[in-house]
Amino acid sequence: MLAAIVIGVWAMIFMTALMRGMVDDMVKDGISVLPGHVQIHHPDFRDDPTISNVVAPPDGQLLEVLGRPEVVAWATRVRVPAVISSERDTRGVTLVGIEPVRERGISFVADDISEGRFLESRDDRGLVVGRKLVEKLETGLGKRVVIMSQDPENEIADRGFRIVGIFDSKLAQYEEGYVFGGEGAIQDLLGVGDAISEVAILGTDYRDVTGLHRMVADAAGPDVEVLPWNEIDTYLGSMLAVMDGFVVVWIVVVFLALSFGLVNTLVMAVFERVREIGLMLALGMTPRNILSQILAESILLLIIGLAIGNLAAWAAIEPLKDGIDVSIVGEGMEYFGAASVLYPALYLKDVVLANVIVIVLGFFASLSPAWRASRYDPVRAITKV
Amino acid sequence: MKSVRCIDLCKTYRQGEIEVTGLDHVNLEIEEGGFVCLSAPSGGGKTTLLNAIGGLDTPDSGEIWLAGNRVDNLSKGELAKMRLHQIGFVFQAYNLIPVLTARENVEFVMEVQGVPAADRRTRSLEILEEVGLAGLEDRRPAQMSGGQQQRVAVARAIASRPALVLADEPTANLDSQSADQLMELFVELNKNHGTTFVIATHDQRVMGYAKRVIRMLDGKIVGDEQREAA
Repeated sequence: MLAAIVIGVWAMIFMTALMRGMVDDMVKDGISVLPGHVQIHHPDFRDDPTISNVVAPPDGQLLEVLGRPEVVAWATRVRVPAVISSERDTRGVTLVGIEPVRERGISFVADDISEGRFLESRDDRGLVVGRKLVEKLETGLGKRVVIMSQDPENEIADRGFRIVGIFDSKLAQYEEGYVFGGEGAIQDLLGVGDAISEVAILGTDYRDVTGLHRMVADAAGPDVEVLPWNEIDTYLGSMLAVMDGFVVVWIVVVFLALSFGLVNTLVMAVFERVREIGLMLALGMTPRNILSQILAESILLLIIGLAIGNLAAWAAIEPLKDGIDVSIVGEGMEYFGAASVLYPALYLKDVVLANVIVIVLGFFASLSPAWRASRYDPVRAITKV
Repeated sequence: MKSVRCIDLCKTYRQGEIEVTGLDHVNLEIEEGGFVCLSAPSGGGKTTLLNAIGGLDTPDSGEIWLAGNRVDNLSKGELAKMRLHQIGFVFQAYNLIPVLTARENVEFVMEVQGVPAADRRTRSLEILEEVGLAGLEDRRPAQMSGGQQQRVAVARAIASRPALVLADEPTANLDSQSADQLMELFVELNKNHGTTFVIATHDQRVMGYAKRVIRMLDGKIVGDEQREAA
């Protein structure tokens, strides 16, 4: 019985840690690709992400807030739909003008340059392009491409850029769909002065951005829209919410499997102790005493099982902190936006949830055998062979 | 004052397809401090009567009074409390809890009563000494002879200082020497503490210790004999 509880608890916590690790990885990757934890935009930018919907760069109170310790990093960007043309092909992309130094703290591009270099300054006139896009355009590092977009007057704005870096991403859509240039260079191209499309802000914990969001929103004022990452990328946001629900379902399902063993074992334990229970009743223990005693014994069993199961789960997860290589199913993982190395993530709230569910449901599962024991006829129980 | 009073007790029960008469209009009174043997052949109704008096079984009809209180109409919980505080049981098969030591078995009833641990320990050691088991208090039942186990059972029965001890065939599993020693212990406890003993038996030598022998047959009392105890 103890072994069943231990294995059940271990499975609950270990598998939850693996799933959490996978989702964490997906969300962190998703956040690092562009959204940050909180973003500031023009109120119409999400509906119409063009150069017409820009905001002024941070200043005054907002700049002071962005310097607080709650803000790990922040960066401004100019972001517009554009067309990129090589001598062989033309593609629609999102052109993102970035401040390279600030962007390094937030997004993936700097770390994922696989060929060439990253942008060196906000006035860098080079372009960083995804590998898949380079392949589609049949171009390459050092080649020139033409970027074409619209300025605020709805006039064509175009310019030739040289590809100075090629980046890889876990997600093909980013490799194909995003092109990065220096923020100043893109502002020049579009003729928007120092206006920007967004400010991306990174806090300390993506799971708890409420405080950061409120702080930034208060400082940014009512003329702009300030959104947390889970409202910007609703797919990632809902995935995290689904995961929280899934963890509860998973723990309950494992417990239900476990509860059959628990009830069966308790019934057998009670059945084996019929004479002893009958004797206790005969000597003066009340049915309520018997009920309490059987429940206390099963709760004690659950607590011991939980303690060992928690330790076993911790002992199994700790050595895997450096990651589990799942590259054998790497393509499948990539399809879901997850990496080929899985890092189990053990959260206190998941451990507490598993323990509480086991204790509470275990208590209810124990009620039936305990109730049955308390109803024994002492004369028949004592004489039972 | 009457320790036990039974009025027109009737009890039938089923054994398979057959309905058996356990008690057939039994009327009985036992004085406080009595030392009574219920004698009957197997199936004669002595255990049924003992169980009814002890609140382990309920009669189909009739009344049971213990120390002036009617008990046949009590709930299961109330009957359990009555057994805990007023009655000591000695069973034929000893019925000790195998995982507990002699002392722990004796302490069990006091523990359920809520007696503090230190008092339990002191009293259990005193009682074990009284029943002749000094030095064996840390032994488990499996490490003791039948006679010693039955003495532990007696110690447990009197640990809560009950007014009434009900013993069902207490010597049935003992050799004659152990049986005599046990009966002498019962007599001594009856004399020293004034505890009422009601012993179900069909052993003539056990009946020899009794001041009164009540004979039963087919659930009826067919004889009630006062006698000089051995």
